[in-house]
Amino acid sequence: MWALLLLPFIGLLWVPFYDFREPSVLGFPFFYWYQFAWVPITSFLTWLVWRGMRR
Amino acid sequence: MTNGTDWIALAVFIAFFALVTILGFVAAGWKRGESMAHLDEWGLGGRQFGTWITWFLVGGDFYTAYTVIAVPALVYAVGAYGFFALPYTIIVYPFIFAVMPKLWTVAQAGGYVTAADVVHGRYGSRALELAVALTGLVAVMPYIALQLVGMQVVLRGLGLTGELPLILAFLVLAIYTYSSGLRAPALIAFVKDIMIYIVVIVAVVIIPMKLGGYGAVFAAADKAFQAKGGATGLTLVPGQMMPFATLALGSALAGFMYPHTLTGVFASGSADVLRKNAILLPAYTILLGLIALLGYMGIAAGVKVASATDMVPTLFRTVFPSWFAGFSFAAIAIGALVPAAVMSIGAANLFTRNVWKAYVNPAVTPAGEAAVAKIASMVVKLGALLCIIVLPTQFAIDLQLLGGMWILQTFPAIVFGLYTNWFGATALLLGWIVGIVGGTWIVVLDGLRPVHTIVLGADHYTIYVGLLALAANIVVAGVASAVLPRHVRRGPEVA
Repeated sequence: MWALLLLPFIGLLWVPFYDFREPSVLGFPFFYWYQFAWVPITSFLTWLVWRGMRR
Repeated sequence: MTNGTDWIALAVFIAFFALVTILGFVAAGWKRGESMAHLDEWGLGGRQFGTWITWFLVGGDFYTAYTVIAVPALVYAVGAYGFFALPYTIIVYPFIFAVMPKLWTVAQAGGYVTAADVVHGRYGSRALELAVALTGLVAVMPYIALQLVGMQVVLRGLGLTGELPLILAFLVLAIYTYSSGLRAPALIAFVKDIMIYIVVIVAVVIIPMKLGGYGAVFAAADKAFQAKGGATGLTLVPGQMMPFATLALGSALAGFMYPHTLTGVFASGSADVLRKNAILLPAYTILLGLIALLGYMGIAAGVKVASATDMVPTLFRTVFPSWFAGFSFAAIAIGALVPAAVMSIGAANLFTRNVWKAYVNPAVTPAGEAAVAKIASMVVKLGALLCIIVLPTQFAIDLQLLGGMWILQTFPAIVFGLYTNWFGATALLLGWIVGIVGGTWIVVLDGLRPVHTIVLGADHYTIYVGLLALAANIVVAGVASAVLPRHVRRGPEVA
């Protein structure tokens, strides 16, 4: 479960994953919306770990 | 005052500033403890803040006013590279979730108020405690000064020049922090954060509408960067990727080693409050990302400024009606008050517990601690104000850069002991010395650049100096722990 917390580090610190423009969404190049998308994803993953702890 | 004074904006600004001043004093009686003459009350608000208060307080404290000015200014100047603040403020939360509840539990059990208290409790080493405390004090001072810079920038945006308005705002801050302690910024954070949310949401909806949508904003920024030669742009050039990633990681590891962020952590009411906040605080990161985009909006709106830090106020004055410009400047200025207050409280707690109590008066009572801390918070703020008035702003900016690298060197001493007995106090102190001296040496040799290029054969690696220093720090601490005799590396037994 705790390994889920490592995913944001991998997804964001390996910059070649997202250092390009297309596909863009609503005018936002990929570089930008990809990083924004990791905000709710990180919250969700953290919540999963938290929920797992309480069981 | 100059001819450029916008009276409507100024009136709105003063009205909100007056409101939070009243709140700052009222806060003294908010959620009162049995006896207020105790450092737990003045310096940690009674260690009782629940999920929402902590959310507002830590959010208001971690995402500072200077951020609102500096991040868009950086994006305006260098494009995608300035966005490292986004991965930084995302990956910091899994780290907080994993580590901070543990740190809180140790602090709560021992009655500790500062990180240096935790280190002393863990290792029983006065030297390591002092190293951690001094690093915190030195690192947070320029940070306070930068909050005053943020305030100065919006005051200038209102047409107020000279030092008098800044000194007045500072006096207000100093006096209510003195009387209310951490309760003041905690209460004001509600107002500050709601105002900043309103400003940013309005800005990121209205401004692109005026400029033809986000597609047009990005296209205009792209064109401007290409015209400048394309060394930076809407995406990172290959040589920027490693600096981008290492700055994000280093900043995330350093972010919650600072006295002000840790004060917010220690002030919360339970370990679970911190876990819930690690889930909820990223909402501020969305806000920060949108704030960063103001940099591109500034380019698209054709904002021309002598200093990039004036970009945000100039943009707001260009596109907003006077009353809303005044509201947004008030939001930023109040946004400077909250972190500046918490920073001075964090510094005062360090001074009181780890310098005064440790070296001057070990018999100090809890009431005496609170009294010392109140005065220390005044002295710290006065120092920051003098720093801004007497020295060039660049001095505070350079010092803050070094401060980030320095505070990162306290990471092993503060965090490792939560998980393992293996590292010794002397070994950690040696690692700290190597990290601080080595890191500072590299930064100074490189002309105060935050990243350093290492050449290995044909390959170049450009890495945030703070991380390089941390790596050296950990290696030295590890090797020394392995080779030093047990009684030397452990230090005296914990009482």
